Amino acid sequence: MADQVLEELRQLEAAIPKMIEIARQFKLDFYPMRFEICPSEIIYTFGAYSMPTRYTHWSFGKSYHRMKTMYDYNLSRIYEMVINSDPCYAFLLEGNSIIQNKMVAAHVLAHCDFFKNNIYFSFTNPKDIIESMAVAADRFRHYEMVHGQDKVEAFIDSVMSIQEHVDPHRMIKPKVENKNKDQNNGCCQTKPASPYDDLWELDKNHSCSCQGECFRKHSKIPPQPEKDILLFIMEHAKDLEEWQLDIISTLRDEMLYFWPQMQTKIMNEGWATYWHLRIMREMDLTESEALEFAKMHAGVVLPSRSSINPYYVGLKIFEDIEKRWDKEFGPGAGREKIFEVRELENDISFIRNYLTKELVEELDLYLYRRIGHDWKIVEKNWEKIRDHLVDSMTNAGFPTIVVEDGDFGKRGELYLRHLYEQRELDILYLEKTLVHIYKLWNRPVHLETQIDNKPVLFSFNGEKGSKKFI
Amino acid sequence: MALQNFIITREDWSLHRKGEVDQQRHRQKVREAIKKNLADIVSEESIILSDGRRVVKIPIRSLEQYRFRYDFRKQKHAGQGNGNSKVGDIIDSDSQQGPGKGPGAGDQPGYDYYEADVTMEEIEEIVFQDLSLPNLEEKKNKKLASESVEFRDVRKYGIQSNIDRKRTILEVLKRNALKGKPGIHGITPEDLRYKTWEVVPKYESSAVVIAMMDTSGSMGPFEKYIARSFFFWMVRFLRTKYQNVEIVFLAHHTEAKEVTEEEFFTKGESGGTRCSSVYKLALDIIDSRYPRDDYNIYAFHFSDGDNLTSDNEQCIKLIEQLLMKCQLVGYGEIEGPYYYTSTLSSAYKRVTHPRFVSVSIRDKSGVYPALKTFFKNPDQKGG
Repeated sequence: MADQVLEELRQLEAAIPKMIEIARQFKLDFYPMRFEICPSEIIYTFGAYSMPTRYTHWSFGKSYHRMKTMYDYNLSRIYEMVINSDPCYAFLLEGNSIIQNKMVAAHVLAHCDFFKNNIYFSFTNPKDIIESMAVAADRFRHYEMVHGQDKVEAFIDSVMSIQEHVDPHRMIKPKVENKNKDQNNGCCQTKPASPYDDLWELDKNHSCSCQGECFRKHSKIPPQPEKDILLFIMEHAKDLEEWQLDIISTLRDEMLYFWPQMQTKIMNEGWATYWHLRIMREMDLTESEALEFAKMHAGVVLPSRSSINPYYVGLKIFEDIEKRWDKEFGPGAGREKIFEVRELENDISFIRNYLTKELVEELDLYLYRRIGHDWKIVEKNWEKIRDHLVDSMTNAGFPTIVVEDGDFGKRGELYLRHLYEQRELDILYLEKTLVHIYKLWNRPVHLETQIDNKPVLFSFNGEKGSKKFI
Repeated sequence: MALQNFIITREDWSLHRKGEVDQQRHRQKVREAIKKNLADIVSEESIILSDGRRVVKIPIRSLEQYRFRYDFRKQKHAGQGNGNSKVGDIIDSDSQQGPGKGPGAGDQPGYDYYEADVTMEEIEEIVFQDLSLPNLEEKKNKKLASESVEFRDVRKYGIQSNIDRKRTILEVLKRNALKGKPGIHGITPEDLRYKTWEVVPKYESSAVVIAMMDTSGSMGPFEKYIARSFFFWMVRFLRTKYQNVEIVFLAHHTEAKEVTEEEFFTKGESGGTRCSSVYKLALDIIDSRYPRDDYNIYAFHFSDGDNLTSDNEQCIKLIEQLLMKCQLVGYGEIEGPYYYTSTLSSAYKRVTHPRFVSVSIRDKSGVYPALKTFFKNPDQKGG
């Protein structure tokens, strides 16, 4: 190792215990830390794969190339990469200055505190995620050797096209099937004789509030619309082989592991930024170090005209909560409050509950849209901005699509429905995605959505796609 | 103290090449996609308008990762001003040309294509793979085209890397046989034989290609674009694959004239059409500058087919004269939005000479097939 690198290591080894101590005094609570200093190629590999041990796929190569190019041309830079794992792995970029690495280390400690304590992460498995992804990668490699790279790769392409369509809240929902079974002896057993029968039954004490819907739905697969398309395909697709089921199941598990990170982007980055500021303030920095730190911090919180900078907006909301609670309940109450917020909220509730009128104005947030060839500001009303942010983060920003019928037309066809919320889908993408789903389902697939407020049905039958208004 | 629960390490990552390997795979898929979409790519504006030696953006749909997503361009988005933004402020504009994009970074949806950073050389290599000048003949006027290295001689001394193993073994066998102990054993320095090379000049027949384009008023922007796309690729192909090809550029409406390459690709004209004028000029140029004994001669003409009807007979006669001098005469007709009953191509149905090739092009994707039709030679090997 070069002398300079050794010197950097030595300095970090001296600084990090200090930072950990400061963080603990602030009551941050994190897993044991593993800091690894790595060259840019490795950081960007991890960035592209979201994980060091993940399976191989050309699309990761594509994003690796994009990220690496951005870095090479000095357009953007990842300073750090941190993994929700226990122990917590943090990868620091070789060539960061000492002060950069100190700030990154402080930032990472807060991320890890967030992983460990935020309620939405409690279903992830940080103890063995790295290992289980590595094992999955090995299995996939084996499939490639048995079935050929092209075949396995094409199958992964198809699964990836719907990998966001899982249901992270499945575990806390009641099992609908069982409920139906119990109640079959009640209202749902027989079809009402006339359209008005339900009126005579109004005062009877029903154990089921379905109003006859259960009867119609009972024989259906799924009984209730199913949001977890991957799971539904695993359980009901007819012609999938073991290795294919394994790939679907693995990608689904990985998505569930990543989901809380997508749900808490603003909070997590805001939290980490809040704490890197405070931890660095406690460090003995020389004047030039303080200046370098200030510059770097300013770069992190730089606002963007075309998007929301989660580091900045998250930081401002946490600081605002602290200030308001201190003012109302006395000094110290604010700090206590933000710890509670980091434990219990996700981005949606965070924005809905704590983005105030004053903050929207101070941050100069707005909504813009395309008018002709221009992208124009169209909204400055703070409630509309807040509600838009909440809407856009629903389902982690992905369209909500459910399986309506797995035996459509009694022909085993798959009928999906987009829960349209005044937001139209990208039609080219929709059509191409249906082709992928067909490859998994192996029978015709349909998707109902809306265009210009009119319901439309897109279909793909294995040979060609079609579109009709319904 | 239990607080020291951390480790800092610095591993050797030099063997970790996962990102690189998958990037290679991605690149490989880009090349496959280019091959599949050649017809579209060949007529892509960004290529035709590019200055040549640079990286171009080409649409490669198959490399998108399709998923259900919202239509970016129909949504509202949130952004942040610097303190005094107001309703009506323009924060970005789509450029008027080219596919639209949203404001901000390039990874936002709204991009229709993945910008493959493909160099012109790479595309050319794939496009030109199957093209060659047809019916090439040996001509008297050969010009030095390249030098190549050939191993032609065997000597007793040379450099180790050029040892001729078979001949060395042969010497061993001979010597041992003479000594009465046949077989391969005991190679001595005297047995060693070395190959040596000579520089051999390689000659290539020279050729001239006459590019003729209709620039009359009826040639609209689309027709001109198609004709120029064709000639763009033709010129690049000839210059890349052949050392020794001259290209003559002729533009015509009712009259024809020789123009520079730049004028040929940029200038617009108007007026009526008399195609015979350009054929006459081509014949004059061939007669005065390119004797048939010295040159392989090719003539290609692109037009929308809207010719003075009275001129068609004359055209057929001149085409037949050209055929007597040329290895190939090609005619490309671009079918515009207007429908003509008596186009040149219907008149040319009467030309049955095997070296006369006519194609018609309806849309942009027809350019590549036209190139393949003109520059394919099934029975003779190309230059």
